[in-house]
Amino acid sequence: MITPHWEHFEHQADMGVRGFGNMPAEAFEQVALATSAIITDLQLINPTHEINIFCEETDQELLLVDWLNALIFEMSTRKMLFNQFKVYLDNGKLTASVWGEPTNIKRHQPAVEIKGATYTELAVYKSQDHWVAQCVVDV
Amino acid sequence: MDINKLHRITNNQWCIEPANGMHVQGIIFASEELILEMDEKVYEQVCNVAKLPGIVNASYAMPDAHWGYGFPIGGVAAFDPQQGGVISAGGVGFDISCGVRTLHTGLTAQQVMSKQNELADILYKNIPAGLGSTGIIHLNKKQMDAMLTGGARWAIERGLGDHADLERIEEHGCMQGADPDQISDHAKERQKNEMGTLGSGNHYLELQKVVEIYDANIAKKFGIEMDDIKISIHCGSRGLGHQIGTEFLKRMVVSAKGHGITLPDRELACAPIDSKIGQAYLAAMRGAINCALANREIITHLTRQAVKKIFPDIHLELLYDVSHNTCKLEQYEMNGETKNLYVHRKGATRAFCPGHPSLPPALREAGQPVLIGGTMGTASYILAGTEKSMHLAYGSACHGAGRNMSRRKANKLWRGGRIMHELADRGILIRSPSMRGIAEEAPAAYKDVSAVVNVADQAGLSRLVAKLEPLICIKG
Repeated sequence: MITPHWEHFEHQADMGVRGFGNMPAEAFEQVALATSAIITDLQLINPTHEINIFCEETDQELLLVDWLNALIFEMSTRKMLFNQFKVYLDNGKLTASVWGEPTNIKRHQPAVEIKGATYTELAVYKSQDHWVAQCVVDV
Repeated sequence: MDINKLHRITNNQWCIEPANGMHVQGIIFASEELILEMDEKVYEQVCNVAKLPGIVNASYAMPDAHWGYGFPIGGVAAFDPQQGGVISAGGVGFDISCGVRTLHTGLTAQQVMSKQNELADILYKNIPAGLGSTGIIHLNKKQMDAMLTGGARWAIERGLGDHADLERIEEHGCMQGADPDQISDHAKERQKNEMGTLGSGNHYLELQKVVEIYDANIAKKFGIEMDDIKISIHCGSRGLGHQIGTEFLKRMVVSAKGHGITLPDRELACAPIDSKIGQAYLAAMRGAINCALANREIITHLTRQAVKKIFPDIHLELLYDVSHNTCKLEQYEMNGETKNLYVHRKGATRAFCPGHPSLPPALREAGQPVLIGGTMGTASYILAGTEKSMHLAYGSACHGAGRNMSRRKANKLWRGGRIMHELADRGILIRSPSMRGIAEEAPAAYKDVSAVVNVADQAGLSRLVAKLEPLICIKG
């Protein structure tokens, strides 16, 4: 068992996001945290509002990109930032609850908006006893 | 990049011989120094683009090329539909028709310096910038569709721009062939409150001073003199373009196999130009081009209003508006035959030659203005298209500096407030909603744009005309 966590990795013009978890769903949650952390400090977000996301895609790697793009769409249209994620995966169906709050420019100091998740460096795989999910996002 | 893998054609032009499934050669325009600095991924991506069906002549990389998505940023490639040519969502990118426009102000440096703070404040107040900002216009479905087919012309008809601007925008401000029905509700939803917003990241509005003239003759034709004050705007098609890019990238990844296309990299997702999905993307992307043109026109309108509050007699006139993430149908003579080619420019500026029919009469003799943005602390450049550029890379040139450091590293190294103070000491005022954003966009996080434009000039991709330095920068 590992403690779920996330990290950013280098990409010349943009940013790579990587999540680690004991199950794919946990890695998907962590990669979402890494994505939000590109925009602002996660501790500055109050998880007061809940929204739900659903995606369907049989290819697990394409599903990761769909999941992040669904999140980017919600951030963009609702003008919100999120810092808590609960993901359920079942046979290519992703159901998620995400928590956050409306963007407050003064308090959140958003560094950059994310245009989209890409297929660059895209991977979802099992490494020894844990799962890794990653890709580069265009900012 | 490993220089030993390249064959040097001229001082600033390098060739990758076709191998491993490449249909055509790769051509990189760069000095030896720039080649050595280039990421190895650029080599790989230039080669991968050369493997796509129907590519004509070569897969090109501009002097500012860096690691992109499928195509290198700074990549140019043309495809012939009669040879099974493709259109690639990755070859255009997420920020469709992102571009730069430059405005003449008629102001002197002395006038600006006495009101520099006031100007910075009013521009920052008038132009929505940064994540979460919304514009003054909110579009319903009918208005959205009209914007997507009308471009800058639509904005002007609504009183949000000047009619005189149109001839100084690529496609006369309105890209033909856009079809709003090919654009998803999600993409429209992302855009409905974002018209007239600058965005974030490397997008900006900058007030600049002309500090050097390289070609007095062309500068005069462009209306550029030493010490002139210009305003440049860099932004794109906002959420709409991002969403179209996202959705078609996936559709093309999924459909590639059915079209018999083996993708060397998923990000190179493409479809035959004549296929249903190829035509759908073309119609949607053209709508996004119109969105970007309308967006820059509205920002220009807001800028004009802001400047008038301080200088009531000043009216800003448009020098030119260029797009650097597009795919356009263009005609080229090849072996005595006229070919209709779909030219992808990903992080590359169109740079048409003197006499080109698409240029307005006032600029036709000089060639197309090529507007190259710098960073908030370094110079921008204005170049002009040349006859040679038409033969070298389908009338294309570089588009900017490109990063040399990741955002993550920049954010660790610098603090936004400190950078703002340092730039203020140099006479450059920054306004931005995000200190972290300023740190990530620090001038030192970018490559030296001077080296890039010098190579563009020496290679003949465009001709250097003028250098401009920033005095005020509004960052998203």
